[in-house]
Order: sequence, then structure tokens, then C-alpha cells
Amino acid sequence: MSLSNSVVQPAVGAGARRSHAGMLQACLPKLVLAPSVAISLFFVYGFMLWTFILSLTNSRMLPSYEFVGFAQYARLMANDRWWVASTNLVVFGGLFVAICLALGLVLAILLDQRIRQEGALRTIYLYPMALSFIVTGVVWKWLLNPGLGIQAMVRSWGFENFRFDWLVNPDMAVYTLVIAAVWQASGFVMALFLAGLRGIDDSILKAAQLDGASLPRIYWRVVIPCLRPVVFSAVMILSHIAIKSFDLVVALTGGGPGYASDLPATFMYAHAFTRAQIGLGSASAMLMLGGVLAILIPYLYSELRGRRHG
Amino acid sequence: MDNVIRRRTLGARLGRAILYAVLLLAALFYLLPLAVMLITSVKPLAEISPGTLLSLPREPTLAPWTKAWGEACTGMRCEGVGVYFLNSIAIVVPAVLISTVIGALNGYALTKWRFKGSELLFALMLFGCFIPFQVVLLPMAQTLGWLGLSSSRAGLILVHVIFGIAFTTLFFRNFYVAVPTELVSAAKLDGAGFFRIFWRILLPVSAPIIVVSVIWQFTQIWNDFLFGVAFSAHNTQPVTVALNNLVNTSTGAREYNVDMAAAMIAALPTLIVYVLAGKYFVRGLTAGSVKG
Repeated sequence: MSLSNSVVQPAVGAGARRSHAGMLQACLPKLVLAPSVAISLFFVYGFMLWTFILSLTNSRMLPSYEFVGFAQYARLMANDRWWVASTNLVVFGGLFVAICLALGLVLAILLDQRIRQEGALRTIYLYPMALSFIVTGVVWKWLLNPGLGIQAMVRSWGFENFRFDWLVNPDMAVYTLVIAAVWQASGFVMALFLAGLRGIDDSILKAAQLDGASLPRIYWRVVIPCLRPVVFSAVMILSHIAIKSFDLVVALTGGGPGYASDLPATFMYAHAFTRAQIGLGSASAMLMLGGVLAILIPYLYSELRGRRHG
Repeated sequence: MDNVIRRRTLGARLGRAILYAVLLLAALFYLLPLAVMLITSVKPLAEISPGTLLSLPREPTLAPWTKAWGEACTGMRCEGVGVYFLNSIAIVVPAVLISTVIGALNGYALTKWRFKGSELLFALMLFGCFIPFQVVLLPMAQTLGWLGLSSSRAGLILVHVIFGIAFTTLFFRNFYVAVPTELVSAAKLDGAGFFRIFWRILLPVSAPIIVVSVIWQFTQIWNDFLFGVAFSAHNTQPVTVALNNLVNTSTGAREYNVDMAAAMIAALPTLIVYVLAGKYFVRGLTAGSVKG
């Protein structure tokens, strides 16, 4: 690898033109990378720092740099709406991840049984992932609308007392987010698991079969443990989606009724952009970043460790 | 997995039947919203009443589509989502192209011209894939203001390029790592330069990863809402923002058929890409998320 550097290192002075060209060649890879690195330093790391600084100020409508220490974080902790949003994230994220994993795993195992038309089914399961969360939200809002959607349809079949009004029920609205998000992302988890299943060495399965293990037992004891890395990646991707969920809430429930289905992402946007609470919004953004890091760091750590051992 | 012996007993057949039934039921669950969206979008408003969610239109009409495209109200204006669809295209195309080109060059430099610290730089950039964008929204708004790009398409293009580079770099880097280095080393000894090697050796084999990167960026940027809503004005909005405004505009009777037609319009480009190039789409998803 260091070839590139050693080849073009002409002696200084000997043929100035060649050496300039050579120097340029040697620097070119770094020059090509430089803008991206600079962008990353400024727009990712710099902005994170900037948001952190804003979160220490009393900025309201416009950023001000009057520092108030961690007062915004204290306000956040005392803010009922923030707690609703955080609790919702735990409920939404937990259910979303768990249901996607279960559904994805079951579908992948079923699809792995030499199914005719497997390709078509896979396409059908996965297509929602290509849609915008706004589209998903709009469609599910229509389906879950009690007056004209699923509730009305089932009632028209003769079940007059059927109730499915979660969208307008403050206690249940957050679960409509789970339904729509699972619909959108579970096919993707299925694809991950299917790829994992196809990667398992057949000889392990044959050995288990020769030992007389039953099919469910083979799956439970042999196959699923092999899928552990996939589960790990899936959990990490899904929780990442959950923390970032913003569009879905905006389109499906608008955070309502009231702020019953708010998530931290919508809380942050509402305070930073529409309620003129830039300081508070920044503090909530920093806590979201903390949440992502709390998931990401163990993941990266185990990835790196796994690679070293593997 | 049930490959050793396939007995066609009654039980086995029943098992297969249940298996197919479950798979079809799942397919129904995934297809239902799309079907309802499509059916509703070609119904006259008069046919939309409680209990008709799944009934086919008696008098199918494209009027909701034309209205959604050219007349429906999104917020204060009533010019449909068509102009915003074109906005999205005007934002997506340059953003995808620029971020893919930069990603390709980065990936190439990071794998074939490694230098001390290049892996660290890669890790540094990779982090950009993971941050919740809420953490950059406020500084970005201010910076775009300073650059004179507030609420402009150019500003949105810039934002999408900036936060797309991490992904495209990741794609190309992981792809070029697997390209044998011997050819590149030989070319270096022959005195071929950085761009020449890229052009003659790497680029000709890059077609699959270019497709992955373009599709990934296309779906990401087309489907974006957060940046669109935060950094655009009424005349530069992308279609996702316009769709959300249309659905939440509360003037007059709700025209659900128009809402659904607008949703279809916003969904079609990515759906078409997915149907035509689903294989690459999946590869992008897994590369973008698993290997991250």
C-alpha cells in the first residue's frame, strides 16, 4: 500500500518540474479526500458542537449566546411533553423493533421452504421500504380513520360494535405509529434474515437432521443462534429508524391527539422551528444524539472486537 | 431446509397448504394499503362513504389525479403537487449525481491510495451516516442563511450532498476494497496517475455499485421530509412536503381521492425504481445499514 508514496518521491532539486508533478500526484488522493473530510468536520462534528453550545444558551426565536449552563436540560427534564415524547419513543421503539424482528424472522423462515414464486412474494413484502414515510403516513391515516377506514368497513359487514379508533384515541395513537412503521420496515428485516438463512452452512443442518432433530427444534437450537449477527444488525438499524422517526408522526398523527403521540424528533422540531425555543430544542437534539450513541457505540465495539477475533 | 426426504403424506400436504396460506395472508397485509390507495385515487368523491374502503370504483375516473397534479390546494396555494414534483426532480438529480461522483472518488482514494490515517478519516466520515439529523438542523439553517441559500433548491441540494457523501463513500469503499490491487499497482509503476487509473481501471468495473449508490441516494433524497420542511419555502418545496401540506389543508370538504392520488404521485418514482431495480435496492439497503 505504501508503494504509492515511495514511488513518487523524487530527490529535491533534481528536475524541479518532475518533482512538482510528482508531489502533486502524491498529494492527489489527500486533495480528493480533503473536501469531504472538511465537510464532515464542519457540518457533522462542528454542527454537533454548535448545537451543544446552543443548548447551553437561552436562545429563543434567534440563536443568542447568553450562556445559562444546563438550565435548558433542566427545563427539558421538567417538561411534561418531553416525557410523553420520550416514553412514546420507548414504547414505539420497543414494539417496532420487537414486532419487526418477529415478523421478519417468521416470514424469512417460511419463505426459505422452497416456495414457488418466492421472488414475487419477496418483492411484495419489501416494497413499502421504497416509499416515503409521508406516503406511508397518509395511507395509514386513511385506513385508520374511524369514519371511513377499517372501522367503518368492518361495521358495514355487520359488526356494529367494532371499534378501531386508535388514531383519535390519546392512549392508543402511538400504537398506530407502530402499525404503520412495522408495515414499512418488516419486509426489510425479512430480507436481512433471508440473506442470513441462505448464508448458513448446509452441513450443519444436515448433521442436525441426521441426529434426528425435528424441524422446529433445528430452527430453534441451530438456525436461529446462527442468525445472531443479523439480529444484532437489525436491532441497530431499526432502533436507529425509531429514534429518527419524524415524517411518519407528522403525516400520520401530527403528534396528536394533543401531543399524545409526540416523539423526541417531533418535539425537537416543534420547539426549535415553530415554538421559538431554540435552546430547548437544541437540548432535546443533544439527548437524541446521546440516545443514538448509546446504541451505536456498543454495536461498533462488538463489530470491531468480532473482526479482531474472527 | 426440508430437503433430505420429501414425503408427500397428507400431513405434509396440509403443512404446505398452511404455509402458502400464511405467506399469502402476509402478502395481503403488505399489498392492502397500496391497493386501497390506488382504488381510492380513481373513485369519484361521491363513491367514498363508510364501508366502501375495498369496493372497486363503479365509475373509475382520473379526475382526482389531474386535480392532485395541477389544482389541489397545498397550504395557501392551489396549484397541485405537480410543481413540487418537478422541484423534487430538480433537487434529486444534481444531488444524486454529485454525491455519487464524490463518493466514488473518496472510495477509490481510501482503498487504492491508502496513506497513514486514511482509515481514521474513513471512520470519521462514516459517523455522518448515524447522527440524528435533528442535531444539525439549527446550525444548518443559519449556515444556509450566511451562504445566501436559505429556502433555495441549491441549498437543499447542498444539504443532501453533504449528508449523502458518508453513504456513497461507504458504498464505493466497500466495493473497491474487493477490487484486486495488483492492476492498480502495476499501473502505478507504469507511471499512470490518480485519475487515469480511476478512469481506466476502476470505473469500468464500477457499474453495479454506481447503480446501488444512485438508487440509494435517489430513494433517500426523494423520500426526505425533514430537510425539505426545514429548509424550503413554498416555491422550493419537495413533493413530500407538498403532499403533507395537501393532506393537512383544511379548506372545504376532505377530498380523500385527491389525497390518495397525490400520495401515489409522490410514491411512484421510488416504486418504479424499486420494481425495475429491486435487486440493487436491497443491496443498497443492506450495504448502507448492515455494513455501517
